[in-house]
Amino acid sequence: MIRVVLPTHLKTLARVTGEVQLQVEGPVTQSAVLDALEARYPMLRGTMRDQQTHKRRPFVRFFACQQDLSHEASDTPLPDAVAVGAEPFLVIGAMAGG
Amino acid sequence: MSKVRVLVGTRKGAFVLNSDGKRQNWEVSGPHFAGWEMYHLKGSPADPNRLYASQSSGWFGQIIQRSNDAGKTWEPVGNKFEYAGVPGTHQWYDGSLRPWEFKRVWHLEPSLNDPDTVYAGVEDAALFKSTDGGQNWEELRGLREYSTGPNWQPGAGGLCLHTIIQDPSNAQRMWIAISAAGTFRTEDGGTTWKAINAGLKSEGIPNPNADEGHCVHHIAMHPDRPGVLFMQKHWDVMRSDNAGDYWYDIGETLPTDFGFVIDVNANQPETVYVLPIKSDSEHFVPDGALRVYRSRRGGNEWEALCNGLPQKDVYLNVYRDAMAVDRLDPCGIYFGTSGGQVYASADDGDSWTAIVRDLPTVLSVEVQTLP
Repeated sequence: MIRVVLPTHLKTLARVTGEVQLQVEGPVTQSAVLDALEARYPMLRGTMRDQQTHKRRPFVRFFACQQDLSHEASDTPLPDAVAVGAEPFLVIGAMAGG
Repeated sequence: MSKVRVLVGTRKGAFVLNSDGKRQNWEVSGPHFAGWEMYHLKGSPADPNRLYASQSSGWFGQIIQRSNDAGKTWEPVGNKFEYAGVPGTHQWYDGSLRPWEFKRVWHLEPSLNDPDTVYAGVEDAALFKSTDGGQNWEELRGLREYSTGPNWQPGAGGLCLHTIIQDPSNAQRMWIAISAAGTFRTEDGGTTWKAINAGLKSEGIPNPNADEGHCVHHIAMHPDRPGVLFMQKHWDVMRSDNAGDYWYDIGETLPTDFGFVIDVNANQPETVYVLPIKSDSEHFVPDGALRVYRSRRGGNEWEALCNGLPQKDVYLNVYRDAMAVDRLDPCGIYFGTSGGQVYASADDGDSWTAIVRDLPTVLSVEVQTLP
C-alpha cells in the first residue's frame, strides 16, 4: 500500500483527512502513484500536473525519504521505502508568498 | 417578499450574503474555498439555486465548483480547458510571439434558459462552453481563431476574456470583451465572431483607431434594450446604440474616465453607474474619496454619489467584475473594493452602506434577485 500525504488545500478539495493509502499496480513510479491518486480522487486532476502533458505544475513538489524527487523522470521507480509503504510520498505546495 | 443574494469572490475565498428585499440586514456565509482566489461566482437565471464558481490558485491551478443548493454545499466539476486544435501564438507584452496557454477562468456566465449550460471566459483569451453543468468544456474556437487573434496582447492583468453578455431576445447573439483586444459579437451562438470596436480610440496602441488592441475593462447592457451597450474602457466611458457597431464617448465630464466597472439600473435603462479610478499607475479613487457616478441620461451628464461612502483618506480600487445590480425597485447597486468592503445602495444609488467589510480583496460581485 502506498501512502500519500497531500497539502492542506488538496486534502480539502478531495475531502480527505490524514494520509491517503493507494494500491498501485506494477512498478511504483511517480506517474503510477499520481495516476492512482487521480483515479481515486478525480477532483485532483489538473491540480498537481497538467491534464494533457502530465508536466508537474511549477509550484508543486514531490518529496519522499527526505529527497526532492520533483525533477526525477515520472517513470523512475520511487524509493523502496515508498513502494513498501514504510515512507509516504509527499505532495508539497512550494513555499512562496501569498 | 423578494430576497437578494450577493455572491462575492475575493482573493482568498468566496462569500455569500443574503437579505430580504429591504436589503438592510445581511447574513454572511463564508469563506467558502478559503485561501483560493475566487475570480467569479454566478447563479443560473433559470435555476437560482444552481451556482457556478471559478476557484484558482497559483499552486494548484483551476477548479470549477458547482452548487445545487444556493451555495450551502459545492462539488468540483470539470476543469479541463483545452484549446481546440493547435492554438498558435498571440503577442506578448514585449511584442514577441507567445503560445496560447490556459491560466484561469475569469468569468462564468450561465445560460439564461438552461441551468446546465454555462460559458467560461478564460485567460489566455478564449470562450468555453459546457452543456452538462460544467463537467465538460468545449472551446468556441471561432473567437480565438478570429483573424486578428495573433495580434492580441495582454493588458496588465493578463490576456483575459472577462465579459460575456447574452441577448435575452436572441439566443444566438452574444457579446464578449477581452483585455486588450476589444469587443466581439456573435450572431450564430458563438461559431463566428465580428470585432466591433469602431469608434474606440486608445492612445496606448500604435494606431489609436485600430480594430483590435483596445483594453476594454467591462461592458453592461439592460436586458430590455439589447442594442444599447455601455463600456468602461481603460480610458473612456463609451456607449453604442447599435449593438456595438459604433461606439461614442459619454464620459467627458467625469473627473476621470478611467475605471473598471460599469452597470445599468434595472428599472431605468438610461441610468448608468461608473466608479472613476485615478490612473495611469495609481489605480485608486481620485481625491481620497469613494464616489460612484450616476448618469440618468445615458451618459454625458454625471452626478457624484457619496452619501454613506467614505470621503477622506480612501485609496481603494474596484475591479472590473465587482459591481452588480439587483432587479428590485428601487434598484439595488452593489460593489466590492480592493480593501474588502462590499457597499450597497437600496435606493438607486442615493445612499450607501457597507453590508460587509474587511473581507479579502474583492474580485467580483454578482447579485441574484429571488422571489
